[in-house]
Amino acid sequence: METPNTMNRRETLKSALAAGLAAAVAGKLAPAAASETVNLPLGNGERPLVTYPGKRALIVLTSRPPQLETPFSVFDEGIFTPNDAFYVRYHLADIPLKIDRDAFRLNIQGKVDAPLSLSLAELRNGFEPVELAAVNQCSGNSRGFFEPRVAGGQIANGAMGNARWKGVPLKALLTKAGVQTGAVQVSFQGLDRPVLPETPTFIKALDLDHALDGEVMIAYAMNGEDLPWLNGFPIRLIVPGYYGTYWVKHLNEITVLDAPLDSFWMKTAYRIPDNVCACTEPGKAPTSTVPIGRFNVRSFLTNIADGATVKANSSLNLRGIAFDGGYGVSDVVVSADDGKTWTEATLGENLGKYSFREWKTNVSLEPGKHRLMVRAANRIGQSQPLEPLWNPPGYMRNVVEVTNVIAA
Amino acid sequence: MKSRTIAFLLSLIASSAFAFAEPMAYQLPAETAELKPGPGVETAIVCTTCHSADYISTQPSGKGTAFWQAEAQKMIKVYKAPIAEDDVSVIVKYLAATY
Repeated sequence: METPNTMNRRETLKSALAAGLAAAVAGKLAPAAASETVNLPLGNGERPLVTYPGKRALIVLTSRPPQLETPFSVFDEGIFTPNDAFYVRYHLADIPLKIDRDAFRLNIQGKVDAPLSLSLAELRNGFEPVELAAVNQCSGNSRGFFEPRVAGGQIANGAMGNARWKGVPLKALLTKAGVQTGAVQVSFQGLDRPVLPETPTFIKALDLDHALDGEVMIAYAMNGEDLPWLNGFPIRLIVPGYYGTYWVKHLNEITVLDAPLDSFWMKTAYRIPDNVCACTEPGKAPTSTVPIGRFNVRSFLTNIADGATVKANSSLNLRGIAFDGGYGVSDVVVSADDGKTWTEATLGENLGKYSFREWKTNVSLEPGKHRLMVRAANRIGQSQPLEPLWNPPGYMRNVVEVTNVIAA
Repeated sequence: MKSRTIAFLLSLIASSAFAFAEPMAYQLPAETAELKPGPGVETAIVCTTCHSADYISTQPSGKGTAFWQAEAQKMIKVYKAPIAEDDVSVIVKYLAATY
């Protein structure tokens, strides 16, 4: 998957370097934004690589609001995604650019006995901290591979990441505030706002049972550090196993509701076809929809790039990651013969049912072209389709990934 | 006396450092994406009120009028984009022809 990107990047670098050199020789200054680009393996996939404060060079989808994709090679660096490589997704462009840590308050209000207004220090010191490894994945991760193509953020496979989140269970806060009878949902809002006051503000809601499950948490640390600014500093909601749309960043307002939240972001956006596959016939609209929920099962080969040349007739190590919506990955199988036969991979350390799970195996390939396929299943028997599923918003892609290699 | 004055001054500095801690700031890199030239671009510039031009340029290429009509309507109806009725067709034409 990465070879075309890497080659393009190298070539672009080379030409940028040459241009800079020529300019230097000519006594001119090289352009300030000598841009490095990558070519994602999808139509119209050229993107700039830009280094934002606190981040390494990431793939820019849009600059306003900032939307940054993680280069796929990062997922082979380790089972946790480094903070400086973690993807960024915002909806609305008035994002907070100044935050006063001392003045910041998290308000818990609505249908509660005693509304709370907590400083960051009170949040850290007043509650028993919990830590959890969990994947955050954008609903539209891999949207750029949908065929027919659909409108929206055109991302490849890099709108996901795995981190250790540390914070306070939402249940502890709601219990302290005292949820009143008649409450049905809890809504979440952060510091980000629309550019125009008429645009619907980004607010999300969880059903009360979900909010009180003890796993949903408010995180103030990610992989042992403060949250990166663009990942929701100083605190964000963590909804293990659920798509990133619920993981509200810069969280400062929690409201207990006695009726389901009536907002564009729940009622119209982030909805999937109301059927088992969350899919429709390509090009067709669904007859009814429900809010998007848990991740489906996915797995990726991370140590060999698409189009790579590998050694024939020798033991070839394959390595990758698998995850699901929190039932836990039970099996990963790999095929090197177009799906005719599958071999069981060895699973790595279990870091929790919401984490990436490493898998490893090895194969021996005869000289020629091969399609390496990887397929995971979870503890309730869900797996990945061999053919891609389709839906109008481009959500929940989880087809069995294929990596083409040439053995020589 | 002197050491007490110093201690007092030190405590003043320490407390003011806490009381007047600067808010933290984040500096976004400069936005460089621009709309591609073409007939109607001066009308389509309204799109960049709420998002950068790369939100348009990264959409799938060559999707044509129906695709961009749907996007324009979504921006107007859902996100309340301030687009005059007469400008909608100009913008859709520009987008369909340019991207």
